[in-house]
Parts: sequence; structure tokens; C-alpha cells
Amino acid sequence: MQTANVSLEDLQGIVGEEHAREAAPEDAVDGATPSFVAEPGSVEEIAGLLKLASGAGLAVAPRGGGTKMHLGNPPRNLDLIVSTARMNGVLEHAAPDQVLRVQAGIGLEGLQERLSASNQMLAIDPPERGATVGGVVATNASGPLRLRYGTIRDLIIGITVVLPDGTVAKAGGKVVKNVAGYDLGKLFTGSLGTLGIIAEANFRLHPIPEVAKTVVVELESQQGAAEAAQAIMHSQIVPSAVELRWGPSGKRLAVLVESIPGGIGAKAETAAFLLKPFGEVHTEDGRAEILRLPEAGENETIVKITAPPAELAGVLESVSRAAERRGLEVRMWGHAASGVTFAGLSGGGVEALADFVGEMREIRARRGGSVTLQRASVELKRRAGAWGYGGDALGLMRRVKEKFDPSGTMNPGRFVGGI
Amino acid sequence: MERTQLISTMESILGPEGVIHEREQLRTYECDGLMNYRVIPDLVVLPESAGQVQQIVRVCYEEGIPFVARGSGTGLSGGALPVESGILIVLARMRRILDVDIPNQRVTVEPGVVNLWVTQEVASEGYFYAPDPSSQLVSSIGGNFAENSGGVHCLKYGFTTNHVTGAEVVLPDGSVAHIGGGKAPDEPGYDLLGAFVGSEGTLGIATKITLRIVRTPESVRTLIAAFEDTEKAGGAVSGIIGSGCVPAGIEMMDSLTLEAVEEAVHPHYPECGALLLVELDGPEAEVENQFEQVIKICEENGSSEIRVAKDDAERALFWKGRKAAFGAMGRIANDYYVQDGVIPRTELPAVLKKISDLSAEYGLRVANVFHAGDGNLHPLVLYDNNNEGEAERAEELAGEIIRACLEHGGSLTGEHGIGEDKKKYMPDMFTADDLNVMQLLRCAFDPHHLCNPGKVFPTPRLCAERPGPFRVHPLQEAGLAEMF
Ligand SMILES: Cc1cc2nc3c(=O)[nH]c(=O)nc-3n(C[C@H](O)[C@H](O)[C@H](O)COP(=O)(O)OP(=O)(O)OC[C@H]3O[C@@H](n4cnc5c(N)ncnc54)[C@H](O)[C@@H]3O)c2cc1C
Repeated sequence: MQTANVSLEDLQGIVGEEHAREAAPEDAVDGATPSFVAEPGSVEEIAGLLKLASGAGLAVAPRGGGTKMHLGNPPRNLDLIVSTARMNGVLEHAAPDQVLRVQAGIGLEGLQERLSASNQMLAIDPPERGATVGGVVATNASGPLRLRYGTIRDLIIGITVVLPDGTVAKAGGKVVKNVAGYDLGKLFTGSLGTLGIIAEANFRLHPIPEVAKTVVVELESQQGAAEAAQAIMHSQIVPSAVELRWGPSGKRLAVLVESIPGGIGAKAETAAFLLKPFGEVHTEDGRAEILRLPEAGENETIVKITAPPAELAGVLESVSRAAERRGLEVRMWGHAASGVTFAGLSGGGVEALADFVGEMREIRARRGGSVTLQRASVELKRRAGAWGYGGDALGLMRRVKEKFDPSGTMNPGRFVGGI
Repeated sequence: MERTQLISTMESILGPEGVIHEREQLRTYECDGLMNYRVIPDLVVLPESAGQVQQIVRVCYEEGIPFVARGSGTGLSGGALPVESGILIVLARMRRILDVDIPNQRVTVEPGVVNLWVTQEVASEGYFYAPDPSSQLVSSIGGNFAENSGGVHCLKYGFTTNHVTGAEVVLPDGSVAHIGGGKAPDEPGYDLLGAFVGSEGTLGIATKITLRIVRTPESVRTLIAAFEDTEKAGGAVSGIIGSGCVPAGIEMMDSLTLEAVEEAVHPHYPECGALLLVELDGPEAEVENQFEQVIKICEENGSSEIRVAKDDAERALFWKGRKAAFGAMGRIANDYYVQDGVIPRTELPAVLKKISDLSAEYGLRVANVFHAGDGNLHPLVLYDNNNEGEAERAEELAGEIIRACLEHGGSLTGEHGIGEDKKKYMPDMFTADDLNVMQLLRCAFDPHHLCNPGKVFPTPRLCAERPGPFRVHPLQEAGLAEMF
């Protein structure tokens, strides 16, 4: 098989015979089937692959754990998948310095387990099983703990990237505090593989809190949900997570508090006291099951809505009504104190879903925030666009893309504005 | 454009009181907080609105005139140093707090707003703005934003970049862009805000900045602990961090620093070889427990005396000495040079040993103050400008110190920035490819190198770009830059 003027042998010449193959049906991304999959084993091999691909005009999609390949618009072209699967090592774990350097392909779960032996963690908890650290960075994936620790952009302290022309560059370093040079780590965070391949990344770590409790309130109304979240946000208990679950199986707000044994009781009691006015409250030891993010059902479309957190009631109400009007079934969940709500929609066609998204985007354009498709059919993504970015920085983003990837090699078409 | 014509163009935008062109008045702006470098700008302009900033930058873009933004001018790396034949855009008159949104925990300000004003604005509602550089009484949010400033509480709370959620920026071509979601998180697209923060005024001018404010902690406990030497104090720092506690701040001062601050502000610290200042904050029960633990760790590491602040007044006294440390050097030396290296915390003993060896070798005293929790050192190299050649030796010594930090896995700067002062060391930390790739970002924002040109990077790279609306690039003309 041959794509443009690159053959499998060319790729094998770079990564070794056993690490490049013709693509299989399951390598397809949103209906686009690549010709080849290559698994480089080093930064140099990534550079070799990208240099070859960009020179030959191939379209490349980087792949980590493959858990979020559906994110973004359907690819405009796709020839080669560069998988980081073999680049899965810890380069350095300086436990006393609470700093970690890893290759991008390392799995997050295994890494966390390894770090826990030193009572440390990378303070990020995206829901997908099987995600790699590089994938988490590239998609800016996050979970409930973002309230306390921020998202991966707040934890990354250094990065090594490979640009499409094969240039290898690093930024940042392995110290937590560092302002030397531009912060390319943040630029690449959430860039969805459109600027280059993240080969290595450095992070600050956090100590694992000794004990945790989850305080849950059974909510009675949308207004109650918003007020309960506000009560916790403006308290002094420093919650680690404030999670909303809103659907046919229950309407709850769960507050995770973490501390040392001598401090946890007071935090949980205060949380329970603050939540009492909004419904029945109970407290569980540890990080309760409810904090786990729901998995997408079959054929469920997942829309992510961000808004100023104080508008939570408005978000819940507008989503419910817009879904109802179109005969869509909806459940919601989200990071209530961070302004992130997910709507899981089922039981409707593309028409109804696209309409729903359009209505939500109109509201957010007026009131701040965004509406993106997290999981959706190719058809819906084609209709509504995955991102809906309506800001005035698109020209600037395009210029950034042109500078880093002038050949348009990396994930063409997948990002905002067709980048 | 002729200078006189430029002056009248600027006056038509800003009114006569918004344009400074007399040489004697221009001199006020010839340097920032780092006085080793001085350049008198061609013109200083003082806009009062984002619209005016935009008009000024448009003129600069069309005429090919380089410009530099300046906030309060307290920067310590020459970031706001004017460029010759350039315009200095001073943002100090844009000092309105535009929006206070407690329910969403956000405050939006103009760039000239002074750091401390933000906390003062929201304190009565139980909030504060966490990044607190020691210059917070004077330095501007715009400057903090451009430098990604840190502060004594950043170990726990993070740096400026973790507390800025949105900005309106005037780009070097005079267009305006809004970056970052502001009150809503996870804006789709590239994290241009993350790239902009800390870019030292080289990517554009921020005209509005949205900040995250943080709930005031329920309880704050502060202590000072005396040690025989910095090594023992360093042991206590490692012990505290290793215990899983994240203090709001851990600061260390060595004996020379203590001598200076005692003379300057009389904090009546215990006499010792090294002093630790430790602050914990958070929910009361948690803080009480951890504070006991910290005291124990200090004792175990041989602290000879521990004092716990009884009240806010005593707490303020503890901090007073630390915050006065730079200025206090005037008591024991004519001149001093502040270094800003960072090292992994565990390298502290080795690097301090190296600093003391270097100090002996150069015959110059070095006082050490540092944010010990995050390994950010501020060695203060003391010298006397009246002694022939001493300033040069001091700079050379400071350079050796920074190289030692790099050898131990650290960074050139933790919070003061590269600016004019440290750009020559950038190749010691980054490869040519690293620096070229960083400059791709610059090329996307400022292809004609008009915005704070010549800072941060030792060798400016021209962008593969049609020449601007003006002419051949001046750097290229002068043979100072290569085509990229
Ligand atoms: C005594 C003293 C103590 C200090 N302590 C600390 C400390 O603890 N932590 C710390 O981090 N720093 C500290 N600093 C350094 C300094 O105060 C900070 O770097 C501060 O952020 C600079 O703010 P400024 O308003 O004075 O900026 P300026 O010095 O005026 O400018 C700094 C840089 O920002 C750019 N800039 C300014 N405004 C804008 C804007 N609106 N848009 C784009 N770019 C802009 C300028 O071009 C320049 O490159 C200290 C300085 C002094 C003198």
C-alpha cells in the first residue's frame, strides 16, 4: 500500500519493521481511515516520522490511549496515525521535589498507582479509562478535582514537542516556579494535536490527602442546586470537588472534602450544615461512587456547556426546556462550582440535536461560555460543528497554526474554525 | 513620520497632557526597577482607555515604530526598558476596577490597577487576590500579567497564570482580541491566554484582565524558627513539604540578610545563622493540626528557637523583615544586584555551598533570601559601584550563580523574568531549536517585531513574512537579525 509517495517500508525504516503497519478498520477516526499506523519508540523516531510525513504531504493524527479520538470535527484528511503507545516511561520522579517527567504515552491510571507508593499524585482525574498523559494534555481533559487543583494547564511545568518539520523543542523545565521563555506547555495544552506531537511532559505533583469524605444532598429544584453550589463555593472549607448529578436516577450535589484526620470532621460537618437547607443530606467516608462521572450510553450525544458558575440554575433550566421541546431525553452532570455542565441527550435525530446545540450556543454567546460536542455522530458534528467558537481570536489562532504547522500536516480540520 | 508630526498625531489621540516629549521629563522613564540599563524613549504616551491604546498601536504598526508597554515600572529584568526611537506606552492611567462579581469569584480590571487594590476591593466580602509579589503596593496587574509574577503565597495558591482567566489584548497590528473564557472555563481553541501570561510584553498589550479571587482562609498561623545554618533550615523545609503539608508560605533568610533587615526595620528576629518563616492557612482544625506538626519538624531539625505569632500585629512584624529584605541591603552595602534563580528544592544545600564558594572566590558578599518552598532563590550580590570594576565582578558572580542553578536542574528566573537582563543566559538553558520554536509564537503575534523588541530572546529571528506596511525590518537593516 502506498499513500502519496510514502510506503510502509519508509515508515518501518524509521521505527522498525514491527512498529509500523497498515491501518485496520478500528484505526478509523470519525469515518476517515488512515493508511498506516506507526509506533515510534523515541523522540528522534517521532521527528523522523513527522519530517517524512510533512515532506510528503500526509495528514497525521497523533494517538495516545485512543479514548478521545472522537473529539473535534471529523478529520479533513488522514493518512498516518502516530501512536505514542511505546513511549510510556517515567523519565524521572523526583519525589522529594514533587516533580515528575514522563513520556507522553504513559497511561494515567498506572502512573497514579506508581506515584501513590510515594503518597503523591498527578492531581487530575478525567473520567476515561485508558487515557495517556499526552492525550490528557492534548485534549485538556479534566475531572471533579479541577476545582481544587485546576486543570492540566495548571500542573504542567515543562514540555518537549516535535513539530511537523521534525524540529524537537522544549519549554519550561522541571521546577515548579519558572518564567524563563514562552509557556509552550500551555499553548500545547488543549491543542488537540494540531500543532505538533507532545513527546514528553513535566508536572508538579501533589501529596495525596490522607482522608476524604463525600457529603451528598438530595436536591429538590434547579434553584436549590444553584444555591447549594454557591453556599459551598463561598464557604471556607476549601472543597476538592462539587459535583452535580441531575437526571431520572436522582438529583444530587456531592461535595468532596479532603484533609488530615484531625481536620476532616469539621470540614464535612460544615459542608453538611451548609447543604441542609436544600434537601436531605448524608455523608459517606472516602471518595464516594457518586463522584465517578457517568459513562456515555450507546447513541448518547454528550454536549459540554460552560458558563459562569453562578448561572447554574439557568443552565439546568434552559437545557431541560430546550431538550423537552425537541422530544429529547436528557440527563445532566458536571463540575458545579467550576461552571462545567454536561448534557447527555438521547432519543432524537440529528435535526433535533443540531437545533438544541444552536439554541444553547445562542444563549452562551449572550451570557458567556461555550457549547462543544464531546461525543456526537459524525453527521451531527458536520451539521453543528464540534466547537462553536464565536470569539474574535480565531485569526490569531490561525496564525499560530500556520507558524507551527505550515504544511497543514497535523490533524487537519479537527480544531476550531476548521484549523 | 517626523517626530514633530508623530507628537501631534499622538496629541490628537490623547490630548497634550497624554504625551510626554521633553527630554527632561522623558528621563523619568529611562529605566524600570533594574537601574543598570537606561534608554531614553523618543516619546511617552499615557492612554486612558483601551480605545486609545488601540489607536496608538495602529499608528506604530503603520509607521513601523517599535513600542514598549510599561505598568508601574517595578520590573527587575529591564522588561519595560524603552527602546531607542520607540514609544513607551505607560498604562498607569488605566486604573479602573471594571467589574466585581463575587458569585462567580471574578474581578475585571484595567491593566494599571495596582495589585493590592484588588484584595482591598473584595476583602470585606471575604475574598482576596492570591498572587502577592512583594511589590504589590506598587506593581500593576498588567505588569504582573506580563511577568507571570509570583509571591510569597504562590507555593500553595499558584502564580499569576493560575489566577488570570481572561484578557482583552491589543495585538501588535492594532487589532483587539479577547482570550480566555473570563467567567466561564474551558474556552474552545488554543490557550492563547496561557501563552500570553508571562510573555513579558512581547506579544501585545493587555487592556482588560479578568482575575480569579479566592475565599479568605478561616485561619492563619505564622511562626519563625531559628537555625544554626541554612542547611539545617533547609532540612526543616524538606521535612515540612515531605509531611504532605502545603504551607501558604515558607521563606528563608541567611545571617547576612538578617543583619541587614535588623538594622533597617528592627523585626527583633532571634540571632541565628538562618531563619525560617512558615505560614499555614485554611480551615481551622486542619491548620491547628498541621501547625503542631510543623513545630515538631522544626524542633527535630534542630531549631534553637521558635516563635509563634500571637496576633495579627506580631504576624505583620514577622513578615515586615522579610518583605523589607531587598531594600534593607542598603544598610550593609552601597549597591546590590538581585538574582532570581530556581532550583529543585532538594538541591538547596549543594547550591548554597556553591554560592558561598563563589562569594569567597570573587571577594564579594552574597546575602540569601528565598522562597524556600518552591526553590526560588534571591541571592543578593553586594558591591560598591565606587570601586573600580566591582559592578562588573558582581554581574559576573551573579552569572556564575545562575549557571549553578541551571547545572542543578533549575531555571534562570522564577518570577522576575528574562527581559533585557537575562536574555544572554537563555542559550544556557535552551537550545537554539527551543528558542526558535518559542519565537514562532512571537511571529504569529508580532511578525514585524514592534512590540517590546529585543527582549527575552538573545537573537531575534525575523519571521518569514512579507515586510510590513513600512519597510525592511530595522533589525535586519542593522545586521542584528537573521531571516528565519
Ligand atoms: C522591591 C521589589 C520587590 C519585588 N518583588 C517581587 C515578587 O515578590 N515577585 C515577583 O514576581 N516580582 C517582584 N518584583 C518585580 C516586579 O514588581 C514584578 O515583575 C511586577 O509584576 C512588575 O509590574 P509593573 O507594573 O511594575 O510592570 P513594569 O515593570 O512596568 O513592566 C514589566 C513588564 O510588563 C510589561 N507590561 C506592563 N504592562 C503591560 C500590559 N498592560 N500589557 C502587556 N505588557 C505589559 C512591560 O512591557 C514589561 O515587560 C519586585 C520588584 C521590586 C522593585
